[in-house]
Amino acid sequence: MANPVRASLLVTCLVDLFYPEVGVAMVRLLRRLGVSVDFPSNQTCCGLPLFNSGYHQEAARVARRTVRLFAHSEHVVVPSGSCAWMVKKEYPGLLKDDPALGAQAEGLGSRTYELSQFIVKVLGAPDIATDFRGRVTYHDSCHLLRGLGESQSPRQLLRRLPGVELVELPGADQCCGFGGSFSVRLPDVSAAILKKKLENAEATGADCLVACDAGCLMQMSGGLSRKGSRVRAVHLAQVLAGSDSR
Amino acid sequence: MSVGELKVPFVERAHRALNDRFLQEALNTATTRFMTLRHEAFQAFPQGEALRERAREIKEATLQKLDFYLEQLADNVERLGGHVHWAATGDEARGIILRLAQERGVKLVVKSKSMATEEIELNEALEHAGITPVETDLGEYIIQLAREKPSHIIAPAIHKTKGQVAELFSRELKRPLAADPEVLTKVARGELREKFLQADMGITGANFAVADTGTVVLITNEGNGRLVTTLPRIHVALMGMEKVIPSMTDLMVFLSILPRSATGQKISSYVTLVRGPRRPGEMDGPEEFHLIVMDNGRSSQLAGTLREALYCLRCGACLNVCPVYRQIGGHAYGYTYSGPIGILLTAMLHGNHAVRDLAHASSLCGACQEACPVKIDIPRMLIELREHLDRERIAPLAERLIFKSFARVLTTPALYRVLGRLGRLLQRPFVKDGRLGALPVFLRGWTDHRDLPPVAERSFRERWRELER
Repeated sequence: MANPVRASLLVTCLVDLFYPEVGVAMVRLLRRLGVSVDFPSNQTCCGLPLFNSGYHQEAARVARRTVRLFAHSEHVVVPSGSCAWMVKKEYPGLLKDDPALGAQAEGLGSRTYELSQFIVKVLGAPDIATDFRGRVTYHDSCHLLRGLGESQSPRQLLRRLPGVELVELPGADQCCGFGGSFSVRLPDVSAAILKKKLENAEATGADCLVACDAGCLMQMSGGLSRKGSRVRAVHLAQVLAGSDSR
Repeated sequence: MSVGELKVPFVERAHRALNDRFLQEALNTATTRFMTLRHEAFQAFPQGEALRERAREIKEATLQKLDFYLEQLADNVERLGGHVHWAATGDEARGIILRLAQERGVKLVVKSKSMATEEIELNEALEHAGITPVETDLGEYIIQLAREKPSHIIAPAIHKTKGQVAELFSRELKRPLAADPEVLTKVARGELREKFLQADMGITGANFAVADTGTVVLITNEGNGRLVTTLPRIHVALMGMEKVIPSMTDLMVFLSILPRSATGQKISSYVTLVRGPRRPGEMDGPEEFHLIVMDNGRSSQLAGTLREALYCLRCGACLNVCPVYRQIGGHAYGYTYSGPIGILLTAMLHGNHAVRDLAHASSLCGACQEACPVKIDIPRMLIELREHLDRERIAPLAERLIFKSFARVLTTPALYRVLGRLGRLLQRPFVKDGRLGALPVFLRGWTDHRDLPPVAERSFRERWRELER
């Protein structure tokens, strides 16, 4: 391709440390879709855990270095609705005291996309060939749904896969109970919320519970594995990349 | 909830609530029903969205000129022959009501449901002064019999199953009663009818107070509000100062969204408009009408972090959709107002120390803001409250140190990489079948209920080297 779309990965700390296979899936998938992918290797975490717990000066320091790190990226793609929300919606406010940096943050925000939104809105929802097969159901991550107002892109992508049947999850828009440090501060409340989510997922008869956020995945797969469920929690990138993701 | 119970930490109160089988059954049924009803009501009401925006604008515009509207309201109430009292604190509000009652020889008070009177613990104060308060809203009647506090803004007895209510009624009223809501309601009605006739004073809250007409508006479903405001010789209405709205036109906007948000009704069974005491020639109504306008921490937030919480209509929609409230119910929060909005109101009324733990009783999922008829940005204010907890050094020192060190790690990539590798080493004794099933210290709570994935053998950044072509 003459002028490939270029995208930098903001892979997120959870994917980097716990779910590298999601990052690998994303790279292979994007490359198959003709995207030129790079990975600024000094990235750490977007700072969302600091921000949500009220440590805003600290979050601003993380934001400052992330904004600089991605200053020259054409697009930034994030496999997580919450981290994309952080960059798009919170960075500009955190850095507003420095007008130049604030403006840079605004710019970064407008070039940053959650993965499904990137594929649909920037790449124009191309056909995706995957060898993934099965019945899946989709969980709306709170920040992607209510923070970025996105419920359709992931569903649209899943529906168009030939070997995949998408069944709606009752209460799909209800929180899984993760909430970052919430799940550590109030673990039993978090687990009680999760219980209903998993019961609903199992009732759909789906093989896979798909989400677009590694936080929700950590929570939901942790619960599924503990109860010995046959349902697996997977990231959208893994479904779209198929066996390419290992 | 007694002061004693508040000595139990929030985490423990929440834990107890999770293990209360009756509470779980009652909560799940009721909140799910409320959620569904609200959802259906707005689906069938396409104008709803625009009206919510309009309502939000009205609230903001009113707060901008709150002093003006409150004075206008007071002038109009007085012009109609009513009396207006200003209470800077809850103590003052209680004092005014007690003095009114004592000076007029009041022995029995009937009340319609009012969170404002709960906020100032009026019933306890009345009882202490030898005056008997009788709650006449069915839910409030139930919890008064049980000597409890409301656990929901509009459904005070939401934490009780019908079986528990039947047991309570049978015990307190000394006759066996079936767990049939219709039977129990009839019994309560019979008990209350006499009280209405005997009472010297009726006390209500105010859902709205219309400035340019001096009208106090009550939104109820049982008809008790009408009896409370018309039968006794004195009517006292207690309102939070933010309840004033400019005009009857504005009222129509709120009337179209409040019942839908609260109970899914197009309009409540009764909308009672009270304008002053009985006038010459009128058949009914009280001889005296008193309106108490209460501040109690509200005005200090007009320019504060919690300003938007002053938009609140007290519909309870945010409680019904909150995953945390749905699991633990209202009592676990420990204060008059529970749920997401309750955390903000608790900070407003009792200060930031009161919400040290409560401010974190939210996964920040945003369902509250979505359900709120005036779209109050509750998650944002919770985050801002948390920031205050750090800045004012209310958050525990250990927590503050952990987050500050965490920030250092995230701004030092080399340190982040080293810690990632360290995690990989330290986790070894705990990895079983490719997962972490039982971890010590602060992660124990997590693994008590679910597995944690281990830190991957090779991080993404390590794998990137081979992905790079």
